[in-house]
Amino acid sequence: MSGQIIHTEHTDSETGKLGMWIFLFTELFLFGGLFLVYAVFRAKYSAEFHTAAAELNAFIGTLNTVFLLVSSMTVAMSLTAIQTNKPKLALFLVTVTILLAALFMMNKYFEWSHKFEYKLYPGSEVMRNLPHGEILFFGLYYMMTGLHAVHVLVGMVLLSVNVFKIKSGKVSSSHFLLLENSALYWHLVDLIWIFIFPLLYLIT
Amino acid sequence: MSEVSNNETGNHISYLRHQGKYKGILSWLLSTDHKKIGLMYLYSITVFFFVAAILGLLMRIELIAPGKTIMEPQTYNGLFTIHGIIMIFVIVIPALPAIFGNFFLPILIGAKDVAFPKLNLFSFYLFLIGAILGILSQFAGSGPPDTGWTFYVPYSAESSTNVIFALTAAFILGFSSILTGLNFIVTIHRMRAPGMGWFRMPLFPWSLYATGWIQVLATPIIGITLLMVIAERVLRIGFFDPSLGGDPVLFQHLFWIYSHPAVYIMILPAMGIVTEIFPTFSQKPVFGYTAILISSLAIAFVGYFVWGHHMFTAGISVGSRWFFSFLTFIVAVPSAIKVFNWISTMYGGSIDLKPPLLYAISFIFLFMIGGFTGLTLGALAANIQVHDTSFVVAHFHYIIFGGMGFATFAGIHYWFPKMFGRMYNNKIANIAWGINFTGFNLLYFPQFIIGIQGMPRRYFDYLPQFQTGHVISTIGGFILLAGLTLMVYNLVRSARKGAIAPANPWHGVTLEWQIPSPPSHENFDVIPEIKTKPYFFGSTDENKSK
Amino acid sequence: MKQNETHISSYSSLATVLAILLLMTTFSVLVTGWHLGPFTVAAALLIACIKAATVIINFMHMKFESLFLKILVSGVFLLFALVIVITFIDYLLR
Repeated sequence: MSGQIIHTEHTDSETGKLGMWIFLFTELFLFGGLFLVYAVFRAKYSAEFHTAAAELNAFIGTLNTVFLLVSSMTVAMSLTAIQTNKPKLALFLVTVTILLAALFMMNKYFEWSHKFEYKLYPGSEVMRNLPHGEILFFGLYYMMTGLHAVHVLVGMVLLSVNVFKIKSGKVSSSHFLLLENSALYWHLVDLIWIFIFPLLYLIT
Repeated sequence: MSEVSNNETGNHISYLRHQGKYKGILSWLLSTDHKKIGLMYLYSITVFFFVAAILGLLMRIELIAPGKTIMEPQTYNGLFTIHGIIMIFVIVIPALPAIFGNFFLPILIGAKDVAFPKLNLFSFYLFLIGAILGILSQFAGSGPPDTGWTFYVPYSAESSTNVIFALTAAFILGFSSILTGLNFIVTIHRMRAPGMGWFRMPLFPWSLYATGWIQVLATPIIGITLLMVIAERVLRIGFFDPSLGGDPVLFQHLFWIYSHPAVYIMILPAMGIVTEIFPTFSQKPVFGYTAILISSLAIAFVGYFVWGHHMFTAGISVGSRWFFSFLTFIVAVPSAIKVFNWISTMYGGSIDLKPPLLYAISFIFLFMIGGFTGLTLGALAANIQVHDTSFVVAHFHYIIFGGMGFATFAGIHYWFPKMFGRMYNNKIANIAWGINFTGFNLLYFPQFIIGIQGMPRRYFDYLPQFQTGHVISTIGGFILLAGLTLMVYNLVRSARKGAIAPANPWHGVTLEWQIPSPPSHENFDVIPEIKTKPYFFGSTDENKSK
Repeated sequence: MKQNETHISSYSSLATVLAILLLMTTFSVLVTGWHLGPFTVAAALLIACIKAATVIINFMHMKFESLFLKILVSGVFLLFALVIVITFIDYLLR
């Protein structure tokens, strides 16, 4: 793994990539804490988790999963495009990725506001009168999808930066570390959702 | 070894006077030079340390007699909370990586800087913002937090004080720690000089490597836990609230899953520093290089699985208690191995009892007292007696202050000539050491005794039978503060007026002693090529390159 | 360290990976319709793990990365799993 450290372009990109992977580990452990809480309370209140999950719309959840999976493909493809010196195609693919992310966020907005309409949010009168397991399920639902949504937004910003840099030529077939790392970050966002989806939406 | 010039006045410009893109104060505040960043951390941490130390001394004054002495109970609760928050999150966790790691890691591995210099500066500003927010929690809105630095629920969810301020401060400080760890891991992987394989790297960088992994993999857990407490306070989310189905002990699990590994963030670099000092002042190689290396990694790894020993009386299962107690005893073994190796390093060596070695030797003594009492706490039956008493307070101060703190003093006395190009006054340094050592033991040892006798921790008031111990302890506190002040005064004065330091005042053999004092901006005129073992003191065949 | 051997994924291989992921998603939705009782969680989680591995290995390029990085990523997941298991030593035996 060490060998001769010669300071060339590619060595720098290996350095940047390693840094990004380590950052992704921190994100895994950040969400990991929430997954730990989920595991503990799911074990304790399995029936009530089951009941509460029925309130979630599995179709929207599945749709969002599809959006993110496709967006992972498009951002991976954009990397291929930039590496094979097709910046216009890369630009198109990154833009599609951002659009899919926006669709995801729109779904999330509708999901949450629908629940707010029914006064189903932490601290509300309705929530307080639910059985304990259901209160905890919704607490986890809001915190996990909320934190995830923050990361989707950050990802959208990162990808938008890439749009500008591809346009200006700063990200190109010889300098694509930013896009590569942004893609890695985006895949992480996808990964987190891959676990959130069955744990929250598919336990009915 | 590279033929870098040894002269101190030579034709190189010290990093202290290097002017890059910015001039004046901005050449410091916007500098991405790891050495300047290290110094900025040094100055800020020293200031915050004295603030927190004085807060501690105020507590000691209050405790000199039962009942109210100089403050109300609420004030006392606020004091031990902020004393802990600053000491843990602003001083002890960041200090060694941020100060000596930043300054010396690149130099020790033959690099010109860390992997991500701009990220390094960003870490510093995150640190500063977090620290300032912590201080502001004392003044804004609803009064200083009174939960203890451990923020246990349910009280932290209910207390009407500025808890969210403190939680946010800790979160930001944690993020700073994560980024520093990330930077160091990548630096060590990617930027070692040609010829410096992993097993030719000195042991302080190795300790920073092990520490870096704890920083990146443990800190996020407390990040999310602090967010959960904020969610409890603001949204009544219920994870830790039994009236909503939650479990307060779950908070303790999450909190200690980070905060136990955090103590290894504190001690591993400290051990790394004394591991550099012993060979230099014994003029012989480290005894058991590989053993110390593996022990560092073992401590980092096993340290991940002992967190429940903070929770033996909290209501966790019997199976859990057995598991954590057993592993707590296991994790002590690599530390003991290191003690053996340090002493063996000195054995038969040409001992030069300069201040760095004096601090390093007392580090072993104080660290061992802290370590042994840790085993007392780790034994399930004994824990029932001493949990939440002064015994615990004494234990962790011996380990953290006697251990990491004295190792820090050792480090600053060791590397001072290199960092500032000046020598300090040895006599004053030794006197300060004596006062520190005396004050420290007077301050903390009585706390073991009254702790076993039943004196609780975090208590404003106490039964009269504990007063003698408290009086001795408070006197010790004043003596210690005097010693620390003398020590810092000596260093600050010498930084400006001390004798000019040679490049290698201690006849050390690691890379930092092969460059001028102070180093130039880029550390090395020519990146060295490494051809020998890391602690190569002579040209016997046994010492030649492996 | 090998210099500049950046493997470039083909569009068709990436599309194939997506197809597999969508298939697995469909399967995981179907599985939860079946009455597996306590094994529903396990099944759903298992599929999620396979999907995650697919994303990591293909989209995130792990297939072409160094052995070190492969071991690292596995180690990180293992560590996290261990922390959950150890926490459950408390919760399951109370």
